[in-house]
Amino acid sequence: MLNYVLRRIALLVPTIIGISICAFAFVRVLPGDPILAMAGQHGVTPERYEILREQFGYNLPIWQQYFNYLWSVMQGDFGISLATKRPVINEFMALFPATMELAFVALLFAVVIGIPAGIFAAIKRGSWFDQITMGVALTGYSMPIFWWGLLLIIFFSGYLGWTPVSGRIALTFFLKPITGFMLIDTLLYGNWAAFVSALRHLILPAIVLGTIPLAVIARQTRSAMLEVLGEDYVRTARAKGMSPNRVVNVHALRNALIPVVTTIGLQVGLLLGGAILTETIFTWPGIGKWMIDSISKRDYVVVQSGLLIIALIVMSVNLIVDLLYALINPRIRVQ
Amino acid sequence: MATTNTPASAPASGLREFWYYFSVNRGAVIGLTVFAILVFVAIFAPLIAPFAPDEQFRDALLKPPIWDANADPRFILGTDPVGRDMLSRLIHGARYSLFIGFFVVVGALVVGVILGVLAGYFRGWVDVLIMRIMDIILAFPPLLLALVLVAILGPGLFNAMIAIALVLQPHFARLVRAAVMAEKSREYVTAAKLSGAGHLRLMMVTILPNCLGPLIVQATLSFSNAILEAAALGFLGMGAQPPTPEWGTMLASAREFILKAPWVVTFPGLAILITVLAINLIGDGLRDALDPKLKRS
Repeated sequence: MLNYVLRRIALLVPTIIGISICAFAFVRVLPGDPILAMAGQHGVTPERYEILREQFGYNLPIWQQYFNYLWSVMQGDFGISLATKRPVINEFMALFPATMELAFVALLFAVVIGIPAGIFAAIKRGSWFDQITMGVALTGYSMPIFWWGLLLIIFFSGYLGWTPVSGRIALTFFLKPITGFMLIDTLLYGNWAAFVSALRHLILPAIVLGTIPLAVIARQTRSAMLEVLGEDYVRTARAKGMSPNRVVNVHALRNALIPVVTTIGLQVGLLLGGAILTETIFTWPGIGKWMIDSISKRDYVVVQSGLLIIALIVMSVNLIVDLLYALINPRIRVQ
Repeated sequence: MATTNTPASAPASGLREFWYYFSVNRGAVIGLTVFAILVFVAIFAPLIAPFAPDEQFRDALLKPPIWDANADPRFILGTDPVGRDMLSRLIHGARYSLFIGFFVVVGALVVGVILGVLAGYFRGWVDVLIMRIMDIILAFPPLLLALVLVAILGPGLFNAMIAIALVLQPHFARLVRAAVMAEKSREYVTAAKLSGAGHLRLMMVTILPNCLGPLIVQATLSFSNAILEAAALGFLGMGAQPPTPEWGTMLASAREFILKAPWVVTFPGLAILITVLAINLIGDGLRDALDPKLKRS
C-alpha cells in the first residue's frame, strides 16, 4: 500500500509543476502591464516604474521570475492583493470557511437524498418511482444552476418570504469568527437566534449547489446497485433464503457504494466551480465570489494564486479519493 | 424526424439495429424530437419570430406574458426591461446555443481525437507529455479555467467558445487514448500493419473508426455541457455581450428584475434547461444503443 501511495504522489509532481507554470504564465500573458495595473488610474513616472520593476523582479529573465515565484509560494507567500493590499493567503483563509461550509452542506444534501433515492430506484427498477426519480435526476443534471438559484429566490424569498436573498447571516448579529463556520460558531456562542439566521441564509445556496451532485450521485448509486444486484453472490444469498432486506443492506449495498464514494469525492472540483455561480447569485462571501470579483477587477495576483490554491485543493481531494478507493479495493493497488 | 434516422436501404443494417435500440428508449425519442424542433426554430428564426430580437417597443416595457391580466396581446411571452419581445429573443437565442454547442464540440473533438490518438498510438514520451498536460487542465474546475481563459482572451462569445472547447477537450483525449490502446493490439491492426499501412493510415483509418461509439456519446454530453458553460459565462458577463439574445446573457441583464418581473428570468433559463435536457436524453439513449457495456452514470 505504501508503495502505491508513494507512486501515486510521485505521479502528481509533474502536474503540480504544470499547474504552477500555468498560474505563473497567467499573469504574463494577460493583456496590459502588471505594474501599470498596480499603479491604477494615477499611473507612474518612468523612474518609479523602473524601481517597481526591479522591486517585483519583472526585470529578471522569465525562468528566474518563475523560480522566485515558486520559492515564495513554497514558503506560503502568495503575494499581495492589488485591490485590498492584503496578503492573498490571509484573504483566502478568511473566505475559505464560507465556501467549505456551503460546499459541505450542499454535499450532505446531495448524499442524504441521492443515495437512498438511487438505492430505491434500483430495487424497484422500472417502477413509477424509478422512472420519476431518474427523470428528476436527469433534469437536475441538466440544470443551469444560476437560473435554478434565481427561481428559488423568486419563490422562497420573493413569493413566500421564508428565506433571505443574500449573505451568510443577518446583519444584526456581530459574531467574531471562531472556526469560520457560521453554523458551528453560532452554536459555540450559544446564540440560537443567530444559528437560525445562519441556517436560513445557507439553505437555498446549499440546495442550488447540491443539485447537480445530487443528480449525479442518484444516477451513479442506481447503476452501481443494479450491477451488483445482478451478481452471482447476490443470487446465491437470495437462494440461501436470506431476507430481501439483508441481501440489499449487507450483500449489495456495501459493494455498490464503493464506486459511489469515488463519485462523491470527484464532486469536489464540480462544487468549487459551482460555488462561483452560487456565491455570485446569493452574494455569499466565499472564494468563488472572491475569484469572480478579482477577475472583473483585474486583480491578477489574487487570480493567479487563487487558481493555484484551488487546483491544489482539487488535486489533493482527488488523491485522497484515489487512495481511499485503493484501500477499499485491493485490486487497484496491484497494477 | 423519423425519416432522417430510419435507414432507407438494406446495407445500412447497422444503422437499423442502432435505431431499433435507440427508439426503445422513450426518453431518447422525446429528446430527439425536442432537439429537432429546436434545430428547426434556430434555422428559421427570422421567419418564425414575430419581431426582430433587438426591436424595442418603448410603449411596452416589462409587459407580462399573455396569460396575465396586464398583458399586451402582441407579446406572447411578454417584454423585457427595454421593451423587446421575449419570444423573439428566445427564438433567436436558440441559434446561439446550438451554434455554440456545435462548434465547441467540433473543436474539442478534433483536438482531443488527434491528441488522444497520438498518445495511445505512440505511447512513450508523447503519451506522457500529452496526458500530463491533460491532467493539468483537468485539475482546474472547468468553469473557473474557462473564466480565466476568457479574462486573458477578452470577454466575448467567440473567446468563450475557445475557452470551453479547451476545457472540454481532455475528456475526448483520454477516451480516445484508452480506446486506441485497447484496439492497437487487436489482430486486424497487426494485419493492416503487415500489409504495409503507414502510421497515419493505421491511426486514422484502421483504428479510429472502431472507437467511435464512446466518442459519439461523449460528444453528445459535451454538447450539453458546452451550452451550459457558455450560458454560465454569459450570465457572469464574460460570454456573449448584450444586446446579443444569448440565453445566459439575457438572464444576466434580467437579474435585477427577478422579483418585479419574474418572466424575464424564467423563460431564458427554461429554454436552456429544455435544450440541455433534450440533448442529455439523446445522450442516454445513444449510450444504451451504442455500447451496452457503458454504464449509466
